[in-house]
Amino acid sequence: MSALSTIPISYYLIFCSLLFCIGVVGVLIKRNALVILMSVELMINSINLLLAAFSVYMNDPAGQIFVFFIMVVAAAEVAVGLAIVVLIYRTTHSIDINVLNKLKW
Amino acid sequence: MLVIIILILLFPLAGFVVLGVGFRKISPRITAFIGPGTILVSFLLSVVVLISFYHFAILPSCHLFEWITIGPLRIPFEFLLDPLSCLMLLVVTGVGFVIHLYSVGYMKGDPGFNRFFAYMNLFIFSMLMLVLGGNYLVMFIGWEGVGLCSYLLIGFWYKNREYSNAAKKAFIMNRIGDLGFLLGMFLLFTTFGSLSFDRVFAGAQHLQPGDPAVVAITLLLFVGAVGKSAQIPLHTWLPDAMAGPTPVSALIHAATMVTAGVYMVARSNALYMLSPVSMAVVGLTGLVTALFAASVAIFQYDIKKVLAWSTISQLGYMFAGLGAGAFTGAMFHLTTHAFFKALLFLGAGSVIHALGGQQDIRNMGGLRNKLPKTWWTFLAGTLAIAGIPPLSGFFSKDEILHHLWEQSPALWILAVAGAMMTAFYMFRLLYLVFFRDFRGTEQQRNHLHESPRIMTIPLIILALLATVGGILNIPEIFCGRSNLGKFLAPVFPNIQHPGSSIQDPAASIPHPASHITEWALISATLAACLLMIFLAWRRYVQKGRGILPDGAAQPFAARLLSQRYFVDEFYETVIVRPLLSLSRMLHDGVEVRFIDRFVEGVGRAVTGAGNAVRYIQAGNVGFYMFMMIAGIILALVLNIFV
Repeated sequence: MSALSTIPISYYLIFCSLLFCIGVVGVLIKRNALVILMSVELMINSINLLLAAFSVYMNDPAGQIFVFFIMVVAAAEVAVGLAIVVLIYRTTHSIDINVLNKLKW
Repeated sequence: MLVIIILILLFPLAGFVVLGVGFRKISPRITAFIGPGTILVSFLLSVVVLISFYHFAILPSCHLFEWITIGPLRIPFEFLLDPLSCLMLLVVTGVGFVIHLYSVGYMKGDPGFNRFFAYMNLFIFSMLMLVLGGNYLVMFIGWEGVGLCSYLLIGFWYKNREYSNAAKKAFIMNRIGDLGFLLGMFLLFTTFGSLSFDRVFAGAQHLQPGDPAVVAITLLLFVGAVGKSAQIPLHTWLPDAMAGPTPVSALIHAATMVTAGVYMVARSNALYMLSPVSMAVVGLTGLVTALFAASVAIFQYDIKKVLAWSTISQLGYMFAGLGAGAFTGAMFHLTTHAFFKALLFLGAGSVIHALGGQQDIRNMGGLRNKLPKTWWTFLAGTLAIAGIPPLSGFFSKDEILHHLWEQSPALWILAVAGAMMTAFYMFRLLYLVFFRDFRGTEQQRNHLHESPRIMTIPLIILALLATVGGILNIPEIFCGRSNLGKFLAPVFPNIQHPGSSIQDPAASIPHPASHITEWALISATLAACLLMIFLAWRRYVQKGRGILPDGAAQPFAARLLSQRYFVDEFYETVIVRPLLSLSRMLHDGVEVRFIDRFVEGVGRAVTGAGNAVRYIQAGNVGFYMFMMIAGIILALVLNIFV
């Protein structure tokens, strides 16, 4: 634990912010629904890392417990999301979100 | 009396509405009843009005309702029924009915049959509004209405571009005159405080002769008359208006609409008598027009154009008569002219109908035996217009000539020159159409047939009227009692009445001529006209000359006249072309560059905004996510700063 404290917190902050931004950009730009889900996972994982880093620096284990919760929820969400994508593919044979634009009024 | 007036107006209006609404569905046989029928009813009611003039007292001004009330401006919707309007009523409805009957035969088979009668009924309604109007504004409604109907009817066969242009020309030249009329009305209101005839004429009694306001008013109103009645310089629309069907030419451009100017001046005689300047302008314009138009008519080859120029010339005579103070004479000539000019036009229509549409008299000839009824009636009309006694034209023209002599012998000489030309060109027309041999095609010769009864009966009626119509106003020297003069006397209070012996010192006739002078004048005129008829016989019947193809070389004078003194060309270069180029300049410079850009820019802006806003509902998931993230970032930022 003390070895981890030698890396300044700012490195973790910047690294996780970058990961998060990459995730956001991926969500905005990519057309493939699977890639969008992967980018969302990336965002979630960057948050996980940051939470773990803060829990070390604050000497508070609550952060790491929270990371477990987040991982469980992320897994469930991915399962449901992928199931939806599979079903959509079965009906429309496409996972390009520009084609899947029926979500209106 | 108000009821009768409303009924007289209502029937033609109802005819127009019914035929106008149902013109695709009503069968022509029913229209043949409705069209002339409404006018017949109006005519019978007008006869009732005439009879009641002799038996009952008439309420002159019939007030319908308060129409315009703005501060001091109070214009009611009123009618005036006095001898003058009664005379016009009879002429309009009587001649109108006869022409409607003729049109049933002439327009048979035309796809626009119903539309034609709708327009004709509307025209009669507007003309009746004009003559029955009790103030200048109601008259103006009718004035504009007849202008509109003239446009609709001239351009009746609207698919032909030239006919539509002629209709446009007529309407625009009318409107130029109407500007004068409007200005006159404005000035009338500022001078007299009202537009109603009774108030204006009563107010005129208190003014001095030569009052500048009255001079201006009368001149402006006369500008309107110049436009409506095709006097120089606003005459060029009338020959082009012959593009319309012949009954239209007969009704509108011979008997009724063009006489509206004469009626208006006669109606305003109280104002005109106050202004010798205006009377002189009216008289001179009329005389110049009469001579000008008569000289042009001598060289025309289209049967209807000859009659059109003849109409302009005869209207010039009417205005010359008005200018010389012969108000009754002018109205008498208006009436007889309505008879014989309508007759001549309908006869021309009969000839055109028989020849299957041919209008060039160089391709006619020898129609006397083939079209007997048309020939005899046309002869009657020609004799009437040439002023041969005892037909009606002789008496009416003579009355005007008499008044002109009393104004100045020089005017009389000019007028007689015009009468000589009238006799010459009318008989030229008669000879070239009905005498010698037929100059048309074989096919036409075999097709020649007299018109059906429904067309010849109106011709006969009008021929009878043209022949005996003179009894309306036979002057003293022929032992007549000047009935029309006496009938119209209450309308023209300041004029010396022909039948009476009252010498009014303020009368317009300076020295009434003695009987011997009158006989001399009449004989001289008659001899001159007979000479012209003989000369025309020599040239066109005996020698068979006078038929030149288009483009033949002509001496300068002949070319000047046959090209109508180049007035049309003058207007074209001086007025029409500059206007068109100004129009084009404004279009290219202002319209396209600024206005179009602005208007289209507004459209484009709206479309662009719509395109942007559309993303909210486009179902585009990527956009939804983007907006979501943008919103979150915005919320965070605001959280930090607010």
